[in-house]
Amino acid sequence: MTERVWNILVESFPKILLPGLKMTLPLTAIAFALAMVIAIVVALIQFAHIRVLSQICRFYIWVIRGTPLLVQLFVVFYGFRAGMVMSPFWAAVLVFAVNEGAYCAETMRGALEGVPAGQIEAGYCVGMSYTQIMRRIVLPQALRTAFPSLSNGLISMVKDTSLTANITVTEMFMATQRINARYYEPLALYMEVAVIYLLFSTLLTWLQRLGEKRLSALGGKEARHA
Amino acid sequence: MLEVRDLKKSLGDLAVLRGVSLKMEKGDVTAIIGPSGGGKTTLLRCINFLEMADSGTLVFDGQSYNLAAIGKKDIAAIRRKTGFVFQSFNLFSNKTALQNVTEGLIIARKMPKAQANGIAMEALRQVGLSDRADHYPSQLSGGQQQRVAIARALATQPDIIYFDEPTSALDPELIGEVLSVMRDLASAGMTMLVVTHEMRFAREVSNHVIFMADGGIVEEGPSRQFFADPREERTKAFLRTISAEK
Repeated sequence: MTERVWNILVESFPKILLPGLKMTLPLTAIAFALAMVIAIVVALIQFAHIRVLSQICRFYIWVIRGTPLLVQLFVVFYGFRAGMVMSPFWAAVLVFAVNEGAYCAETMRGALEGVPAGQIEAGYCVGMSYTQIMRRIVLPQALRTAFPSLSNGLISMVKDTSLTANITVTEMFMATQRINARYYEPLALYMEVAVIYLLFSTLLTWLQRLGEKRLSALGGKEARHA
Repeated sequence: MLEVRDLKKSLGDLAVLRGVSLKMEKGDVTAIIGPSGGGKTTLLRCINFLEMADSGTLVFDGQSYNLAAIGKKDIAAIRRKTGFVFQSFNLFSNKTALQNVTEGLIIARKMPKAQANGIAMEALRQVGLSDRADHYPSQLSGGQQQRVAIARALATQPDIIYFDEPTSALDPELIGEVLSVMRDLASAGMTMLVVTHEMRFAREVSNHVIFMADGGIVEEGPSRQFFADPREERTKAFLRTISAEK
């Protein structure tokens, strides 16, 4: 590696990392939190077989899972001109939340259905209401089952945020593109941003392990073998 | 205290229960026996509304209810006075033994936690599991899980406990501990309606036996008389197969 390339890498590192901290991570965190809310609501509606709402949920999941994320970003930002009413960042949050929500909803639905129906009946028999049973018995177990898959979704999302460069969000990838336009060192610079994505993913994987340990301490791990 | 009149239930074309009636007084221990598929479990599930009957009347605590058209409030009120023990235990896997017992007290009955813990510990002591209070269901044997389930039913101080084949899912060596807990309950005066394959329990612990087959009651009577002198051919044949197995 020449000294010139090395200098470019050192100089560009904070310029790439900063938008990562200011855009990529907040975008992921906010969008994923919203996605979880959507996922739980959609999964609960389907689990309870609420007639018309269930069909609407099926339709939502069908559309979102059947179309590319990039296309969804373009439809919302350029098609519906979301940029007129909100910043590119919030348009991206909206699309990512709705997109990830559909995937997580399916994960959650599967996890809810995995909780033995007998425990719901037992809940009724000790006098609990449906809401109490869902909140105290079924959802906690489902979240524990779904945790690894949901973590997967979160890690994918960090990387997918690079797509938002296409709708003018100045996140890490766009920052890299701009620096590259000045110096033209594509291999070095794109490798550099790849390493930063890898750092973020590694951090999240580590958090996932920590989370799984915490959950299994609460009787979860053994419970799965029961 | 409990009376069921003409309970009917069909699944599609199949009549699972064809007009079943039974009556229990406080302190009665009634065993329901009979071949699989005879409707025993469905009967129990219908009178605690885990399944809806097509028609029939339930008289509980002096109040009469239409089993096919009962409202949510009445169901909740009746369930607060009954306990149910399942064949497959159905403990909450995300709760410890103690929490399994307190859940219905703290959440459903809004009891203060300290009071609920006291009652739950007493219930666990009654089933001989005080030392397992902090164990999760997965850390307990089948027999222990079923005893926690009995403690869970017991803690709500029900007027009656329904048992749905409480020992059928257990390994043979674990059946005894559960039956002995049930025997203690019976001698303490608990009203119990027990679907069971355990003839010894039916003979020795229950004071009344109902023999069900094909969705109806074939024969019933005081347990001593029932086993000593069954009248119906169907009952005799059933008792012969059972004793041949043992």
